[in-house]
Amino acid sequence: MLTPAICLMDVEAPRIAAAAMPGQFLIVRARPEGERIPLTICNYDRSAGTVTIVTQLIGASSRLICALEEGDCFTDVVGPLGRPSDFVELPDEALRGRRYLFVAGGLGTAPVYPQAKYLHERGAKVDVIVGAKTAGLLILRQEMASVCDHLYVCTDDGSEGHHGLVTEKIKLLLEAGETYDQAVAIGPMIMMKFVTLTLRDSGIPLVVSLNTLMVDGTGMCGCCRITVGGKVRFACVEGPEFNAYEVDFDEALRRQTMYRPQEQEADHKCKIGRN
Amino acid sequence: MAEKIGRVPVREQDPKVRARNFEEVCYGYNEQEALLEASRCLNCRNPRCVQHCPVGIQIPAFIAQVKAGAFAEAAAVIARDSSLPAVCGRVCPQETQCEGSCILGVKGEPVAIGKLERFVADWSRANGGVPVEKAPANGKKVAVVGSGPSGLACASDLAKLGYDVTIFEVLHKAGGVLQYGIPEFRLPKERVVEPEIDSVRALGVKIETNVVVGRTLTVDDLLDREGFQAVFVGSGAGLPRFMGIPGESLNGVFSANEFLTRSNLMRAFDPASDTPIFVGKRVAVVGGGNVAMDAARTALRLGSEVTIVYRRTEKELPARAEEVHHAREEGIEFRMLTNPVEILGDENGWVRALRCIQMELGEPDASGRRSPIPVAGSEFDIPADEVIMALGTSPNPLISSTTKGLETERHGCIVADESGATSRPGVFAGGDAVTGAATVILAMGAGRRAAAAIDAYLRK
Repeated sequence: MLTPAICLMDVEAPRIAAAAMPGQFLIVRARPEGERIPLTICNYDRSAGTVTIVTQLIGASSRLICALEEGDCFTDVVGPLGRPSDFVELPDEALRGRRYLFVAGGLGTAPVYPQAKYLHERGAKVDVIVGAKTAGLLILRQEMASVCDHLYVCTDDGSEGHHGLVTEKIKLLLEAGETYDQAVAIGPMIMMKFVTLTLRDSGIPLVVSLNTLMVDGTGMCGCCRITVGGKVRFACVEGPEFNAYEVDFDEALRRQTMYRPQEQEADHKCKIGRN
Repeated sequence: MAEKIGRVPVREQDPKVRARNFEEVCYGYNEQEALLEASRCLNCRNPRCVQHCPVGIQIPAFIAQVKAGAFAEAAAVIARDSSLPAVCGRVCPQETQCEGSCILGVKGEPVAIGKLERFVADWSRANGGVPVEKAPANGKKVAVVGSGPSGLACASDLAKLGYDVTIFEVLHKAGGVLQYGIPEFRLPKERVVEPEIDSVRALGVKIETNVVVGRTLTVDDLLDREGFQAVFVGSGAGLPRFMGIPGESLNGVFSANEFLTRSNLMRAFDPASDTPIFVGKRVAVVGGGNVAMDAARTALRLGSEVTIVYRRTEKELPARAEEVHHAREEGIEFRMLTNPVEILGDENGWVRALRCIQMELGEPDASGRRSPIPVAGSEFDIPADEVIMALGTSPNPLISSTTKGLETERHGCIVADESGATSRPGVFAGGDAVTGAATVILAMGAGRRAAAAIDAYLRK
């Protein structure tokens, strides 16, 4: 457990580890009756044949995942899914010295890590802003610090780093004269929306990774559909990363709530009859 | 000489009862009924039914065995040409294939070939199945992408010829559309689909689930790194189409694929499943094919009031006649000559109505069907809190976009000749991935032809 509500695990999946690239995700099922849960790939070790995933305990299904102990197995693991980040297409020389700003919110820190690592290893200049409610909920601090040039921490309660939102930190950096060739924001949909609004007039290209609802994750159901640049796109196969300035965030936020009533019911544990 | 008797009716669950459960609608024939129905077959010298079967089952021969009470022999006759008889007996559009060409149908009713096939398959499964007959192993490896009807048919034939066959399936259960698409009440999973797939495994075919060909492994990886000498791509047509009308991204609008995958593959209809499904009070299903009927009847069983909206008339409905008949019996409302123009939402972004326009039939189009034309100014609203789009599907681009030298046409279908050979040597394709969405049996036929072509290719 990284925090009382966030757990990290290495999953043995040699084929996925061999094929995974930054920006991709996988889908797991924790038990035969279980949902298919999309999770971002936090790290991959090709020689050990493992992928690292991070899960936040938010509902009935994530509780099942977090309850797994070392040596346990998922019922199913499939991936890597989605398209890799665009920068993996660039030659290493083009990445050297290129300035990246990552904005990671909460669990979004996990998918930012392999991207920052990939770029850092190829000589890009990487700054990372990490936001969390409170210092106790920060994850992967040491790991992230080792793959970037500057790590800026923001907490809502001021318990560590900048007291306030990640968007305020972005403004402070830009006001201080920092310039970036590319920004990437990954976190809660609402955070990505406000990072997009903050950077809209900066002239810095911004990519967001959309954590939509999904079933199969292979383009079969359209549950993950979002509007980008006025066109309907499937986040699972055409994304999950898109040009932030073209994303209809209000629609994406609304579509995320589709099954909220059912989810709350599933999370409600009946206490009638206990003691 | 058989007496002149009518087609033996098949017993079914009462429509009022079955509209509230997911148990199989049709009970099928018992032995007496099967014997009686089989006695109607004239055993034609030039059987037209065989010509009209996409996999060429020797229909009069198997029916003759049924007539003689030799059910195991009947099953062996079918097994020579079909690996999925219990499935096909249930979901084939017999009225346009074997039964549609039966000579008895000219003046009366055709032999119930589908129901007899189903009887034989169910009897055989309950009595130990058909003994496996296969050639000795030849040491050659073939990969099959997708465990749907075309992949299973191709894999079965190759395994019988002695090939070492591995099927790669992207989902967590094998069967493709048989698992995620066709509902339990029409095609029971544990009782019919899974044993049928087990019989393919019994031929020595390996099935690896959770492998995304195009992501986990590419077709090139299969040929270069994993030691396969040929690949059959039977990845189906899984990409759902939408209409492109305003409001399709409102909450409460689903593709039939999503709705059916949640209910069928993820078993969301079962309270024990963790996967949620949305149950609207009033559901509008758009489309007139089998998938539209399946979605509508699933929604009905979950407790919704359901209307099917179709832009042509009853006569043009592409669904099997039996499905339309069953849907009507169960209380589903049909609104023909009706085409959606917009989905209307409430202030929170949830569906509240489907705005439609009245259509009339004009001149026949390229497909020979009379094309519907909107009647100006005839817009009206159908109240609905859920809309399910069942407008057909296209092939998923995942494989074609990650395989060098694999040609596709503009709809994304893989270009393949009659034998399944593609533009890439050693790579064959068939089923919906090549034709676009069609039927289980056509996909099986394509899988069988490709198996023969792969065998010829690897013998060279």
